[in-house]
Amino acid sequence: MQPFDPLPALAGGALIGLGAVLLALFNGRVAGISGILGGLLDGERANLAWRAAFIGGLTGAGFLGLKLLSPAVDIAAGWPTLIVGGLLVGIGTRLGSGCTSGHGVCGMARGSVRSVAATAIYISVAVATVFVTRHLIGG
Amino acid sequence: MARLLVSLIAGALFGAGLIISQMVNPARVLGFLDAAGAWDPTLAFVMAGALAVSIPGHWLVRRVGAPVLDSKSHLPPPGRLDRRLIAGAVLFGIGWGLVGLCPGPALAALGTGEAKAFGFLVAMAAGMWLFGRIAQR
Repeated sequence: MQPFDPLPALAGGALIGLGAVLLALFNGRVAGISGILGGLLDGERANLAWRAAFIGGLTGAGFLGLKLLSPAVDIAAGWPTLIVGGLLVGIGTRLGSGCTSGHGVCGMARGSVRSVAATAIYISVAVATVFVTRHLIGG
Repeated sequence: MARLLVSLIAGALFGAGLIISQMVNPARVLGFLDAAGAWDPTLAFVMAGALAVSIPGHWLVRRVGAPVLDSKSHLPPPGRLDRRLIAGAVLFGIGWGLVGLCPGPALAALGTGEAKAFGFLVAMAAGMWLFGRIAQR
């Protein structure tokens, strides 16, 4: 993995912020990936097209970006952890009405108390989880 | 049609940002979450970059009022903290800490063609779908 480089991190973050602002400014929608993907899976007809377009754009740009820049993508988790983690992320983001994008990038920028609290909680819990799995159980 | 184009472009910007910032790499994300290990500050800089655009951007959104391409905004009104939000954030935090993938990077990582990237996405989608079924009852 490449060493820490602040410039691509800031620039990539700015693109994410720009995408979120465009969607809010033009369409009045929250660029929350869990909400958009979850809504798509719920099969709500009226909002199917724009959600599919957003997910298609994200996945397509991801595909192109991976081909052009070939950054490392290292998924270290074993299969059982991967499945349990995936289920928890899916259920948790729906129950908590948002993830890193919806709460972290959009909600916090709008000054939402719910989003600031959710972001503080999921980051703290994730830090604790990594501490347990890397330093208490594994390691 | 214009709204669909905006959605597509916004999604593409999001995806490009996740690749350029390397948030598509779970090892990088776990490095940030590992406060007791060799800490990797990347995610904090990505968040700072995103908020540096998103905060003034949303100020502009409020100033403009109604969205440019829609008659009314669909942004959620301010709400109170409740148990549902807290429980959801806790479950999400555990899952995120276990694997290092959240919903955006999980989609962006599909382009690797790796079985594990698909496996995580299927499990995550199953969790979302399952929750939708239960919540509708």
